[in-house]
Amino acid sequence: MNDVLAAIFSINTLAAMIRMATPIALAAMGGTFSERSGVINIGLEGMILTGAFAGVAGSYYTGSPWVGVLFAVVFGSLVAAVFALFTIKFKANHVVAGVGLNIFALGLTTWLMQVLWGGRGVSPDVNGLSRVSIPFLNKVPVLDKLISNQSPLVYIMFVLIIGGWFLLFKTPLGLRIRMTGERPEAADTLGINVSRIKYFSVILSGALSGLGGAYLSLGYLNMFSRNMSAGRGYMALAANIFGQWNPLGGLGASFLFSFSEAVQLRLQSINLNIANELIQMIPYVITIVVLAGAVIKSRPPEALGEHYGVEK
Amino acid sequence: MKILRKLWDWLKELSGLSELIYSLFAIVFALLIGAILIYLSGHDALDAYYYLFTGAFGNTYNLAQTILKSIPLIFTGLAVAIGFQAGLFNIGIEGQLYWGAFTTAVVAVSLPGLSGFILIPIALLAGALAGGIWGAFPGYLKAKTGAHEVITTIMLNYVGILATTFLLKNFFKAPGPVDQTRTIPTQARIPELIPNTRLTWAFVIGIGVILLIRYLFSNTSLGYDLQAVGANTSAAEYAGISVPRITVLTMTISGAVAALAGGTIVLGVLNRFITNFSPGYGFTGIAVAVLGRNRPEGVLAAALLFGALDAGKVSMQLFTDIPGDLITVVQGLVILLVAAPSFIRLFSSLFGRGRELIASE
Repeated sequence: MNDVLAAIFSINTLAAMIRMATPIALAAMGGTFSERSGVINIGLEGMILTGAFAGVAGSYYTGSPWVGVLFAVVFGSLVAAVFALFTIKFKANHVVAGVGLNIFALGLTTWLMQVLWGGRGVSPDVNGLSRVSIPFLNKVPVLDKLISNQSPLVYIMFVLIIGGWFLLFKTPLGLRIRMTGERPEAADTLGINVSRIKYFSVILSGALSGLGGAYLSLGYLNMFSRNMSAGRGYMALAANIFGQWNPLGGLGASFLFSFSEAVQLRLQSINLNIANELIQMIPYVITIVVLAGAVIKSRPPEALGEHYGVEK
Repeated sequence: MKILRKLWDWLKELSGLSELIYSLFAIVFALLIGAILIYLSGHDALDAYYYLFTGAFGNTYNLAQTILKSIPLIFTGLAVAIGFQAGLFNIGIEGQLYWGAFTTAVVAVSLPGLSGFILIPIALLAGALAGGIWGAFPGYLKAKTGAHEVITTIMLNYVGILATTFLLKNFFKAPGPVDQTRTIPTQARIPELIPNTRLTWAFVIGIGVILLIRYLFSNTSLGYDLQAVGANTSAAEYAGISVPRITVLTMTISGAVAALAGGTIVLGVLNRFITNFSPGYGFTGIAVAVLGRNRPEGVLAAALLFGALDAGKVSMQLFTDIPGDLITVVQGLVILLVAAPSFIRLFSSLFGRGRELIASE
């Protein structure tokens, strides 16, 4: 039993938790911006996948992982722009369009992988991002293991989450985004360009998800594999809702999910005599329990999923 | 131009045709983009689509494969459509399908003494019951706590697939390296519809369920309540319909239909339950439902189309060396386009009649 507790609460588990939370938290904040502006974003999954692929492609053709990261952000934004075009201009049902986008992204990345590199399962190895040790933190006892010596994208994630929270709740632009998602008519009356705000928010969600994808492909594996996002976009959406459409809440929820995931991985490695399948269920069961228990308090933006605009 | 316009008006008069035309337009447009991608990757698009077409419809055997591949999509598409009709998005089809397949297989191998006429229905119904329960659970959570079904059903997919794998490995595994049940008794196999094509009577079961759900929607008060909740929840509530009850019932029916996809694959194709056998029938079912506009007969047509794409892509990949995943791109595009009725405005406005079409949507 002590083994188990030690495994659960070890610094290694917590460090793994931070690592695994990074792509989910980034995409969750993407979901937050998109949904705060009124656009339901099931397409996060496809955006992460696109980012993961573009990141590897960028690094493969230029040799620089940072160019890869840039590619991931740009192409994540591009598919998000397509999603925005369909949901905002063509008034597509958000959920259905999101599902379509995910299937489209899965097909396109798998197809491109074969066209460019031949193999169906994985891409060639590329230059990934090397870990960064932070000068002063690496001297502090617990923190050195916990957050020092992580991928640079982990630090960027923390900065972006705080920046995103500030943008959403402390700036005029953030107020406009929230107003657009709550009362688009009122926002329109006040002279806010509703569709521009929505385009901005959705494309930002693509940039963030793309960055999350780059973390998957360049942050620790240094390659792309088919369907690499593996449901993280859906986890991110859940984290966003559980986090009450707040970047900090989304980060907290991502930590919870990835903590149970990290514990699950640790427990598998210490031979507990419990079937792997049962241990693997932990993160999903926790998500359901937490959601069923906590959702009473959460309230989505008023005009979430609706279309706004005068028929021309 | 005038004749075209007359023809167009006449076509529109036939009920529902504008939607059909729009869906066809979406498919053609998606295939066109696919053709451009094929061309860009250095292949001949005409060649590719020739093999895609003949692979799907070229002869009796290929046509049978198209229908065979459409069977699970009929059930999963219908399951998603049932949810959508009540305003519920059941992404949990995959998990419900696994419970259906697992339970059907277990019942079939456990009762080898029964004749096929009894065993096949019992096994399928047991599967449907298991899938129905697995579907009812997120329905109950939604009704009771408000937990959003999109997220709970996604999580329950993982749990369902893991749980069936766990039960299989620990209680029902056949000897050998593969995680699978024993083979079902011969009489439990669904008989072939056309000899030597692997196409079974499961297709007829699929049509039967389509007709059943069609009847449910148009001729029963449950079907009416279900669609009323989907159309306007608060109005339905005001009219005295119990929304929680409808939510749970809808998810139960949806899960049961999804489970039949798994059950018919076990009794008609695999002859056993194997872990991870589904290539994502549940997710393709979402596409099928959307393309079929959540109507039973539309689901049938869309499932046949996706079956044709699946059967055709095998021969396309074989003869032209173009990865079959390209067809996944086309499927994704079809969904995006069908989801966006105003997309047609861009094109139809070229003929100056966008507004009418939208009005008829």
